[in-house]
Amino acid sequence: MTNINDIPLTVGGRAFRSRLLLGTGKYRSNQEMVEAISASGAEVITVAVRRVDLDRSKEEGILHHLDPSRFFLLANTAGCYTADEAVRYARLAREAGFNEFIKLEVIGDRDTLLPDTDGLITATRTLAGEGFKVMAYTNDDLVTALRLEQAGAAAVMPLASPIGSGLGLLNPYSIRTIKRRLSVPVLVDAGVGTASDACVTMEQGVDGILMNTAIAEAEHPVAMAAAMRHAVEAGRLAFLAGRMPRREVAVPSSPAHGMLG
Amino acid sequence: MSLGLDRARVSELRLQVNGDPRTIAGPATLLDLLGQLGLDPRMIVVELNREIVRRPRLGDVALKDGDQVELVHFVGGG
Repeated sequence: MTNINDIPLTVGGRAFRSRLLLGTGKYRSNQEMVEAISASGAEVITVAVRRVDLDRSKEEGILHHLDPSRFFLLANTAGCYTADEAVRYARLAREAGFNEFIKLEVIGDRDTLLPDTDGLITATRTLAGEGFKVMAYTNDDLVTALRLEQAGAAAVMPLASPIGSGLGLLNPYSIRTIKRRLSVPVLVDAGVGTASDACVTMEQGVDGILMNTAIAEAEHPVAMAAAMRHAVEAGRLAFLAGRMPRREVAVPSSPAHGMLG
Repeated sequence: MSLGLDRARVSELRLQVNGDPRTIAGPATLLDLLGQLGLDPRMIVVELNREIVRRPRLGDVALKDGDQVELVHFVGGG
């Protein structure tokens, strides 16, 4: 199909088979979630840490539905509003015994779910010092991204637009700038709404995308998961292929000479 | 007679488990608590008074009256 050989997404020294990372929240059923993950081809699957519900005796954790030997479980600190709280959740997640990766979220505002960048940098420094591979969800601000990298983040994950908004990639320029200036992988996390958003995002040259709501809240999540798989692959390939220059004049595709007299 | 009552009271452990009060018969370890709640320790991470207790130690740690226990697991999330 192509003579461009891509290298696999590698974060914190570990290579992954897909550049599409998937969240597991908000699906209508566990069955639908499992089928969507399968259709997406994703290897990295995010999960949240929560109290066991002791009143519902049949309540099952997500590990009853996902085989941890087939997927890479990436725990998040979603719902945490301070660095201390996020560090506590990260330690609990690591104790589950799967890996030392954490998708770090420190939220600063309940309305927009935009990150608390001070808390994020503090928590990244603490967790990286404890041997965590920190993948930090942040906004599309270059300076914060640089500070997260300096604090020891294994990957920086700027948003395309707010979590669960489906507004797509609002600032391609910022995302390209962050990708150009950082050495660690840059994965866009949050905001993708449909396949074209994912494709355009990958065309900026980022290393991957993490999404949840765009698939879970689609009318047909399994079909959308397949669409996202193709979109991420297409966007990646288009980036590697190198797009043609933009021109504000037309240039004919057919020869100008040889026309009938 | 009052001695018997006292002894009964001593063997009761009033805990906070996931934020809610819960009284269990003592003596009991964390592993005993998980057993009484019907939870598989391989699926749970345990925090006792804000300190993580690693799985191999769950059967060694005796609960005390007033202990705060958090039992967490992985759920769907983005």
